[in-house]
Amino acid sequence: MTFKFEIEGGNFSKAGNASSAVKKILKQINVPPAIIKRLVVALYEGEVNVVAHARKGWIKVVIEPEEIFVNIEDEGPGIPNIELAMQEGYSTASQKVREMGFGAGMGLPNMKKNADLLNITSQVGKGTNVEIIIFLNQSHK
Amino acid sequence: MTEDRFYHALKVSEDLCFGCTHCMNVCPVEAIRIENGKATIRDNWCVDCGECMRVCPVNAIYVEQDDFNQIFRFKCRVALVPSVLIGQFPAEVTEAAIFSVMREMGFTHVFQTEHTAGYIIRSMIEASRDAEDKPVISSFCPAVVRLIQIKFPALLPQVIRIKPPIDTSAIYFRKRLENEGYHPGEIGIFYVTPCAAKIAAVKSPVGEDSSPLNGVINMDLIYNKIFRLIKNRTNRNSISPGEMLPLLSPRSIKYCLTGGEANAMEGRCLAIDGIHNVIEFLEKLENDEFTDLDFLELRACDQSCAGGVLVGGNRFLTTERLNKRAQRFHGVADIPGDVKAYSGFLSERISLGDIKPRSMLILDEDMGEALRKIQQVRHLMCYLPGIDCGACGAPRCQSLAEDIVREEARLTACVFIQRMMEKHQKLSGEHAIKIIEKIWGRKRLEKNCNKKGAENDSE
Ligand SMILES: Nc1ncnc2c1ncn2[C@@H]1O[C@H](COP(=O)(O)OP(=O)(O)OP(=O)(O)O)[C@@H](O)[C@H]1O
Ligand code: SF4
Ligand SMILES: [Mg+2]
Repeated sequence: MTFKFEIEGGNFSKAGNASSAVKKILKQINVPPAIIKRLVVALYEGEVNVVAHARKGWIKVVIEPEEIFVNIEDEGPGIPNIELAMQEGYSTASQKVREMGFGAGMGLPNMKKNADLLNITSQVGKGTNVEIIIFLNQSHK
Repeated sequence: MTEDRFYHALKVSEDLCFGCTHCMNVCPVEAIRIENGKATIRDNWCVDCGECMRVCPVNAIYVEQDDFNQIFRFKCRVALVPSVLIGQFPAEVTEAAIFSVMREMGFTHVFQTEHTAGYIIRSMIEASRDAEDKPVISSFCPAVVRLIQIKFPALLPQVIRIKPPIDTSAIYFRKRLENEGYHPGEIGIFYVTPCAAKIAAVKSPVGEDSSPLNGVINMDLIYNKIFRLIKNRTNRNSISPGEMLPLLSPRSIKYCLTGGEANAMEGRCLAIDGIHNVIEFLEKLENDEFTDLDFLELRACDQSCAGGVLVGGNRFLTTERLNKRAQRFHGVADIPGDVKAYSGFLSERISLGDIKPRSMLILDEDMGEALRKIQQVRHLMCYLPGIDCGACGAPRCQSLAEDIVREEARLTACVFIQRMMEKHQKLSGEHAIKIIEKIWGRKRLEKNCNKKGAENDSE
């Protein structure tokens, strides 16, 4: 089953809404709390990155018996050097974003820590595409 | 008590309830539905916060209580009183006076719940230093612990496994009385409760096999008795307030007020009161939206226990009075000497056991089936009007849709669906009235001048 959400760039007061909606669904379908937590944390980081760094984005969550697949796609500046962006503490967050309490450069590393599989592709000037997979049956890991 | 059956102190009086939906609309966990014209509370969902009781216009929601005379089954009758009881009295009424009239009522000992508060803080500080998952969450308010069990199970590991003052103090005083020579069976410890949640915590404990308390007495009842006795006192020789009249430190006196724990813990600590505020915060905490927090004090009631449903006094005045009283005890140690002497004994008994999740959001144990049900809910939402009027007996259209897929309600409960069905000749007017009567009670739609606000209302 597939669920879709939109993310508005720059609107920090709404950041987290999509993560909360996905969380409710996962609770309703009896996904173990520890897995929900990992998925939601990864998703939230992705959601905030769109709000902080891009103009507009879309979340797609596909729930299957074996795994949950999340795709976060945005229209924005893109990431020139993904390897660098993945490093702890690396951030290009603006002053405004830092004032909101974000910009520690910990989002992508945190996402990697919580996802079973993470794949980021990006086109500079166009946008970024983040794919997260979390296995429901943890023996797959 | 088993894990799947829960005791709730909040009850609906069938005689008084007239199905007004006020309670249904404020319940923070959507545990209330209207059936046959009366509010019904879902046992497994209710967290005993008491919001329903606060808004009921006809006092149909009440807190069940044990018979006061049960205390006389014991030779040694202990009242365990939280400081909010004292905070309801003006400053001229001393602790000694309050405790001595309680002894006149029949208690042999009156002890204060917060007597072990300093010791608990010390234990919580130690436990949270070692905690992997931060922030740790206080286990103080039983309504909050239950809320986390049913709505935020992923956060359960963060609940600090240290018993709150009610349990720790009961364990401590029981031991002391035993050491004084009382036989265990002779000691009855009764908690004077400010809320329904603490009653539920005593009757079906979470994280403990059994409660160290023997019973609970509602604070409003005790307050009225004390008030009457103190007022009628005419310089008659009163009985002594009893030995072991403890002096509480300012921190212990304020322990059950908002900030009582957060101000004493280490690191970045937040105090959040009011169950809706707590839910809003936990929702975000579960997304990991906050970093660098160490401790959360979460209380279901606005102004914490000063706002408990059984605290008759105004919650703001109670808070102010307790703050004033606390000033007078400046210099009293947080951990009294007698508690220190028992710290070895207490350290082995202060840990809480396992707290099990029991999510009430699950639509089906089987994931495939649950997914199918979610799809069905979304499909139903295409037809329901989204007005959340409550005329179906459920708080929101979404809750009706979820009840339908759980086979606990029918789509025809919605009055708007009924109109559409009537229009397409799929439902007779007669039948529609029957459906409404099933939810709202017979004769509910007939003229009745005795109802609240109507011509013959006597209030
Ligand atoms: N969706 C995106 N679009 C454009 N740039 C991005 C996007 N996501 C991440 N980045 C870039 O990668 C950097 C690192 O991201 P990361 O999430 O790790 O840290 P941050 O967002 O800067 O701070 P934090 O997540 O700790 O608040 C960002 O500063 C930004 O330059
Ligand atoms: S805040 Fe205090 S009075 Fe209110 S429910 Fe919690 S423990 Fe009871
Ligand atoms: Mg980020």
